[in-house]
Amino acid sequence: MRELFPMKQVNGFIFSLLLTVIALSVYFFDMSFAMGLTILIVTAFIQAAVQLVVFMHAGESKDKHAIYANTIYGVVIAVLTILGSLLAMVWGYN
Amino acid sequence: MDFFDRFSIPPHDDPMLYASIVAIAIVSIAIVVGLTYFKKWGYLWNEWLTTVDHKRIGIMYIISALLMLFRGGADAVMMRLQTAVPDNTFLDAQHYNEVFTTHGVVMIIFMAMAFIIGMMNFVVPLQIGARDVAFPRLNALSFWLYFAGAMLFNLSFVVGGSPDAGWTNYYPLAGTDFSEHVGVNYYNWALQISGIGTLMTGINFIATIMKMRAPGMKLMKMPMFTWSALITNLIIVFAFPVLTIALLMGTFDRQFFTNFFTTSDGGMDMMWANLFWIWGHPEVYILILPAFGIYSQIISTFSQRNLYGYKSMVASMVVISLLSFLVWVHHFFTMGQGAVANSIFSITTMAIAVPTGIKIFNWLLTMWKGKIRFTTPMMYSVAFIPLFTIGGVTGVMLAMASADYQYHNTMFLVAHFHNVIIPGVVFAMIAGLIYYWPKMFGFMLNERIGKWAFWNIVIGFCLAFFPMYITGLNGQARRMYTYSESTGFGPLSMVSFIGALLLAVGFVLIVYNVYYSFRHAPRNVGDDPWNARSLEWATHNPVPEYNFAITPNVNSEEAFWDYKKNGHDLFKGKIEDIHMPNNSGWSIIFAGIFFVFGFCFVFHVWAGVIIAFLGIIGCMIYRSFEKDDGHHIHKEEIEETEKKFGGAK
Repeated sequence: MRELFPMKQVNGFIFSLLLTVIALSVYFFDMSFAMGLTILIVTAFIQAAVQLVVFMHAGESKDKHAIYANTIYGVVIAVLTILGSLLAMVWGYN
Repeated sequence: MDFFDRFSIPPHDDPMLYASIVAIAIVSIAIVVGLTYFKKWGYLWNEWLTTVDHKRIGIMYIISALLMLFRGGADAVMMRLQTAVPDNTFLDAQHYNEVFTTHGVVMIIFMAMAFIIGMMNFVVPLQIGARDVAFPRLNALSFWLYFAGAMLFNLSFVVGGSPDAGWTNYYPLAGTDFSEHVGVNYYNWALQISGIGTLMTGINFIATIMKMRAPGMKLMKMPMFTWSALITNLIIVFAFPVLTIALLMGTFDRQFFTNFFTTSDGGMDMMWANLFWIWGHPEVYILILPAFGIYSQIISTFSQRNLYGYKSMVASMVVISLLSFLVWVHHFFTMGQGAVANSIFSITTMAIAVPTGIKIFNWLLTMWKGKIRFTTPMMYSVAFIPLFTIGGVTGVMLAMASADYQYHNTMFLVAHFHNVIIPGVVFAMIAGLIYYWPKMFGFMLNERIGKWAFWNIVIGFCLAFFPMYITGLNGQARRMYTYSESTGFGPLSMVSFIGALLLAVGFVLIVYNVYYSFRHAPRNVGDDPWNARSLEWATHNPVPEYNFAITPNVNSEEAFWDYKKNGHDLFKGKIEDIHMPNNSGWSIIFAGIFFVFGFCFVFHVWAGVIIAFLGIIGCMIYRSFEKDDGHHIHKEEIEETEKKFGGAK
């Protein structure tokens, strides 16, 4: 029975629902813009990771290291590009 | 007749322009007549236009790249001629703007990119012991999309007018306020279409290299060119989407009145420069890394030693690939950001010199105590090292943000980037072409003519670009169509022009060499004329459709050398049926519809846009439901072919 029941997927499903509820709460509770956006961004990234690992089977094939390395590389490049653009165009701009 | 007015070229009163229109028409007619007369249409369609063979696609890329090299080279000679003497009137300001814009775009996007992708196409599957790339049909589509983009861009010359806002196409100059005519639309759509093709190539080659290596070839046993191709394609996949989006935003600004890059209504004109260089700087490394790979192959072959510092070569390329995404702001240090931002990007820029320097030392140490043979490809590689180092050192000068305020927008910068791109990319591609020529066509290029071409190109390069360092430091701005005699730039600019002519002679000699060798070179050069080391030389000459009759079995990054000298058993197993992909005309038709789509979009012909768009969707639907299982080459047929080549491999 244990082998047949997709425990990981059910847990993942419940967890992703929980994340959605947390994200949705931003709308209903009165909080500052910065606070709300922080919650949204954090839950969005965790949500994406959950989807990738649990439902898109990122870690289940033989080349999982290549998949994770590539994903992390992509995220790092994206984050650095955004931070660098903000630095050049907004924060560091006279 | 209002409808047709939009296709006319803005008046230049320039007889040269009309002469070239006539020349283009005559050449096109001559090609059509020639193909019909010699009954070559069927051959062309069946063997080349519909092919999915990576070798043929590679050769088509390289031929297109050479054509574009001559188009861009003609632009270059015109520019040097215009600036050879003070107050010259050979080109007017508008024409000069168009010439330097098309020179830049053609050379980077349609020459250098096509050349490196052509090389990767031809070499990588052979080097990893595969029969083709992972997605052969996609590969053909990549090529035809690139070709459609290149043709669309070149069409601007005779229909509607060329782009004239520089190859960097900065806004607000490129916006409709300052560039009203369709030139920049051409820029947007030509780059968009060929950029999609490049992105597909990136995905295709990552899949190929990750999944299709011969048994035993671990990642750290791949030949260096394959490593450089892997890293390059990784950069392509991460960098090109930025260009796609930036071009779309530009298109929306110009054609649908949005305000991404405008100076009013919340637009941010410098955001274009920012996005352009987020793509543009990694693009520099997309160009140079495969060149490094080619040099690694050539230097190790002709020094008759294994490549020094294999692991550090790989590590430095990985570091370069990461750093290449962190330096783009150095292209606009003078935009107005403060000292903190500039310092950060200044430091990351200088840091790139470290892994590059490691590679330079590795090549030098490969040659150290090697038995060097000075063949033409080796001479290009040896010339590359000091010349590229000069380019690199001036790059570090430019990387210092405070000093860059002096160099910015001068000929010093022009000298710098030509000094890295020509010895870096162009020399590598010519050297690689000569090196792989026997694999491609089954005969060698003449060494004597090749060396004449080499000396013309190297001396021409030095004469053409070193004077620009001096005039640049003296304050000559780039992209200026003329200057007065009192500036004193005249004599050095004349030297530059002479250098450009020598370069042109060198390239003409290369073409002559192809003709001469085709007529006179012996055809029995064997499978391994250079006494080379890596797996691509274990194939027959010219390479059969299926590359390897028996999948090779690899033990090191120099499997072929071990096979020749150390008794390694490269081809275990026996000949079996080989499964190969089918040819298909789908790719060229798809790209042709894309061309129409782009052309109609450039001129706001909305009916055409809608029809072509439906055609594109139709092609994709057709492909989704098409059943194409490929074909088998039978065992007997392979044995027959192998016997003809003298023994199975």
